Amino acid sequence: MTVDVDPRLAVPADAKLRLVDCDIHPIVRSTADLRPYLDPCWHDYFDQFGNFLVSPYTEAHPYPKPTPALSRLDTWPPGGGPPGSDLDFMRAQHLDPHDIEIGVLQVLWPTAARQRNLGYAAALCSAVNDWQAAEWLAREKRLRGSIMVSQEDAGSAAAEIARCARRGGYAQVMVMPRNLEPMGRRRYWPIFQAAQEHDITLGCHVGGLNGYAVTGGAGHCSFYAEEKDSNGFAMEAMLTSMIFEGVFEAFPRLRMVAIEAGLGWVPALGWRLDDLWQRFRGELPAVRRPPSDTLRERLWYTTQPADEPEDPRHLRDLFDWIGWDRVCFASDYPHWDSDDPRHALPVQMSQAERRAIFRDNAMAVYCLG
Amino acid sequence: MARHVVLRAAELPEGESRIVTVRGREIAVFNLGGEFFALVNRCPHEGAPLGLGLRVGLSESDRPGCYSHSRPGELLRCPWHGWEFDIRTGQSWCEPSRLKARAYAATRESGAALVKGPYVAESVPVAVQEEYVVVEV
Ligand code: FES
Repeated sequence: MTVDVDPRLAVPADAKLRLVDCDIHPIVRSTADLRPYLDPCWHDYFDQFGNFLVSPYTEAHPYPKPTPALSRLDTWPPGGGPPGSDLDFMRAQHLDPHDIEIGVLQVLWPTAARQRNLGYAAALCSAVNDWQAAEWLAREKRLRGSIMVSQEDAGSAAAEIARCARRGGYAQVMVMPRNLEPMGRRRYWPIFQAAQEHDITLGCHVGGLNGYAVTGGAGHCSFYAEEKDSNGFAMEAMLTSMIFEGVFEAFPRLRMVAIEAGLGWVPALGWRLDDLWQRFRGELPAVRRPPSDTLRERLWYTTQPADEPEDPRHLRDLFDWIGWDRVCFASDYPHWDSDDPRHALPVQMSQAERRAIFRDNAMAVYCLG
Repeated sequence: MARHVVLRAAELPEGESRIVTVRGREIAVFNLGGEFFALVNRCPHEGAPLGLGLRVGLSESDRPGCYSHSRPGELLRCPWHGWEFDIRTGQSWCEPSRLKARAYAATRESGAALVKGPYVAESVPVAVQEEYVVVEV
């Protein structure tokens, strides 16, 4: 295999791909946009109380973000509204020029999934899911939704998964790694059960605020840069919990995508967990397969924020270890750290390899074909 | 290389930036305290439009608890991933020897001097009594 390390490597014209982008963030112009989609039982509550989250912050984030609305400075729609709120502008700036064949929407705000009032959480999740269907999926055939669920109330989450799966148009159930308990705990199993039953992929997008320090017990950190880095190890902790609690044995058809957590940690996690599993099998009888097999066969991983090793050829080593069939391109548009598909992953790939990462792997895990 | 008249100087007040197109190439032009500078409008990382970047100063710290802030407005922070470039040279702050945004020579010239030529003014008609930003491309 010849390796070209020119970071400005151009894709030959005949290799032009239609892309699948696994991470696009749409947003409401304001939370009032959701009111028409909310069960009228909750309108008074919406007007009088609104957000009351699992974490102590409602309208703010504990770590100040580096750019307004966490977004690239060039993504504010000229017609007004925050980045990601205007479908026409998203088409013109992102979907059309990058020839996106399918884009998976990940809704982060409002945080319906993390309301402390569980009745309201369920209603607001349904509103977000109906808003996606009406304002995005019905208007743009290239987009697929994510089913937002109240993660701390797995029963209502399972019901919402069933409701949305019947309707169609959603690529995944969206969860986040930071919950009140590690995600492998049985209280969350009805979510996995419903995902498996309805043959819909579980997508775990980084984030979630549960009120604990994001450092994993080391205390609250000082900088956004530290919080950003914590996304990788929050995902590791979550996957470790799910693997050691036996989730992947209990739900043998569950597929999962780790979104926006980077890639570099994946092989090392497999090596370490295999080692622990061999030593502590008595503690983990439910785990019947080496954890690295689970990471290799049941998980997919999105590229953004693309790892940038000093020598770009090391990306190829990383893909060899993780599996070329496991890595899926994601842009994270319109966020500040989004990747441009023409320039991310600056290492030479064969046409088949490029096709796998930028399109076919996502088609497979999300059953988009 | 030719000298291109890209703007009337009055159109680009101090501290502001403008994106212009010269021979099909987008160029970001900056007014820094009355001096003009020009960089290619394309970040060497992933190609973001540099002209939309935030103008910032240089924050440094020699030792814990001691901070300094200098050169206000002289660094350009990429509007995507935030790499910083020196407006005067195009050099990146983190890796000045390896990463650079291409810089073009930019000057302020009077219309009276310009009309003696040679210059190219594709979209900016030149009048003797005005001042202009000229970029060499
Ligand atoms: S495109 Fe400028 S820092 Fe990435």
